[in-house]
Amino acid sequence: MNPADDSAAVVLRNLWMAFPGKQTAVHVLEDVNARIVRGEFVCIVGPSGCGKSTLLNIIGGFLRATAGQVLVEGSLVAGPDPRRIFVFQENGVFPWLNVSENIGFGLRRTASAEKERIVRHYTEMVGLTGFESAYPAELSGGMRQRVEIARALAANPDIIYMDEPFGALDFITRLKMRADLVRIWERERKTVLFVTHDIEEAVQLADRVLIMSRRPATIQEVIEIDLPRPRDLDSPGYLEKRDRIFASMGMSLGVG
Amino acid sequence: MIATPPPQTIGNERAADPIRPPALQRKRVDRLQFALPCGIGMLFLLAWDLSVRFSGSDLFPKPIDVARGIVELIQHGLLLKYIVASLFRVSWGFALATVLGVPFGLLLGWYTRASQAFNPLIQIFRPISPIAWIPVAILWFGVSDAAPIFLIFLASVFPITVSSMAAVRNMQPVYVRAAQNFGLTGWELFRQVIFRACLPQIITGLRIALGIAWLVVVAAEMIAVNSGLGYLIIDARNAGKRYDLVVAGMLMIGLIGLVLDFLVRKLENFDEVRWGYANRS
Repeated sequence: MNPADDSAAVVLRNLWMAFPGKQTAVHVLEDVNARIVRGEFVCIVGPSGCGKSTLLNIIGGFLRATAGQVLVEGSLVAGPDPRRIFVFQENGVFPWLNVSENIGFGLRRTASAEKERIVRHYTEMVGLTGFESAYPAELSGGMRQRVEIARALAANPDIIYMDEPFGALDFITRLKMRADLVRIWERERKTVLFVTHDIEEAVQLADRVLIMSRRPATIQEVIEIDLPRPRDLDSPGYLEKRDRIFASMGMSLGVG
Repeated sequence: MIATPPPQTIGNERAADPIRPPALQRKRVDRLQFALPCGIGMLFLLAWDLSVRFSGSDLFPKPIDVARGIVELIQHGLLLKYIVASLFRVSWGFALATVLGVPFGLLLGWYTRASQAFNPLIQIFRPISPIAWIPVAILWFGVSDAAPIFLIFLASVFPITVSSMAAVRNMQPVYVRAAQNFGLTGWELFRQVIFRACLPQIITGLRIALGIAWLVVVAAEMIAVNSGLGYLIIDARNAGKRYDLVVAGMLMIGLIGLVLDFLVRKLENFDEVRWGYANRS
């Protein structure tokens, strides 16, 4: 973990996090260390309530860690930053703006012709052409999530943080969104840090999966997924990686 | 075999057109919807008419007397004059309350310290009926339009402030976090995100406050003015027990209140705020 190493997009060093509780503090993170390389797609998985979202919120600058350091692109994180865009679990698309206005939100300082071109490009990339003037309330959950992803991409950030972005979607839509995200990521090659509790999702998406333990959480294992994309969900390689994560999280696949 | 779907079929969950969820669909014209309230209205008029006839009252008017009273007011050119006078006072009082109450309420909602400081005082002033302020209004403003305007202002400024404050408190925090992520701060953050996110609830607050303002106009016009629907009611009673005109004034207040509410409801149909009401019918 050498901060001078310029291939690192995100470096976590000895992160501790505790929230004040009624009697004693609730320890959420305990000595989390990690290094995410530029252009990498990393998934963070762990049991519900283990502090995955807390960790991502700390990296995103929305929460301050109790102790330890977060270095993004070599500098300490002091707050949210337009160079790293967060895609929220609860969908942060603005309901008072239509699809185009939402996607162009991060381009306030861009000349209008250029802005129009970028918005059109990303609207098409997420498959929302024809819906430019629709308002979020008129869209399905999956489409709203596409708008938020397009809004993040249009701002041209170095890193995208995604906090269970597909958690509220139905199974089929989730499958489509994952495949779509892979397709987009292969074109854009942004650094992506993706939190999920869904092991299958992690294996379908990530270059590397960081497995977190129960609370107080630390990173208990890192698994490389060196499978070609798009991934065949029936291939032995896929199943082996999936089973390893299951095993690491202490779950048995056998029934009964 | 379950394989990742091929990329070209992905992202095509779009239908032919943007599909409006049922909550946003405009309702089909329903004849009963109009027929029912009209029928109930007719029944009410009939019951009113019959009860006056059977009681043998010579002071309380029948519906037809009220209708004649309204015609008489129109012929004397008074009806329009009084309506305009009342609307003028309500507009000024309500506009002042909006201009002060909305920004103040948003401020209190955003800064916890400000609401800690001001809220107790607001909660003490709020339950004081505007009618209790009448002597004070006369003392400060004398015989002028300013006194009723002041009373209407008082009646509407507290609901507007409190609902604007609540709007900020109930706002989804994710909007602010997303906006901060895109680098918005200060005035830009307020204008483009906080205000916009609160607008649906602000409008609802304005609608309630306008109802209250109109409710208070009668009491406000009982003092020291010589025009307006409230004045009409008091004057008709004092100068000759003209109860037909009293009831005519009451009826006009009711009808105009209905129109005002209808107009503010129209505001709730704009795309910029419609999302805030999507969950109610």
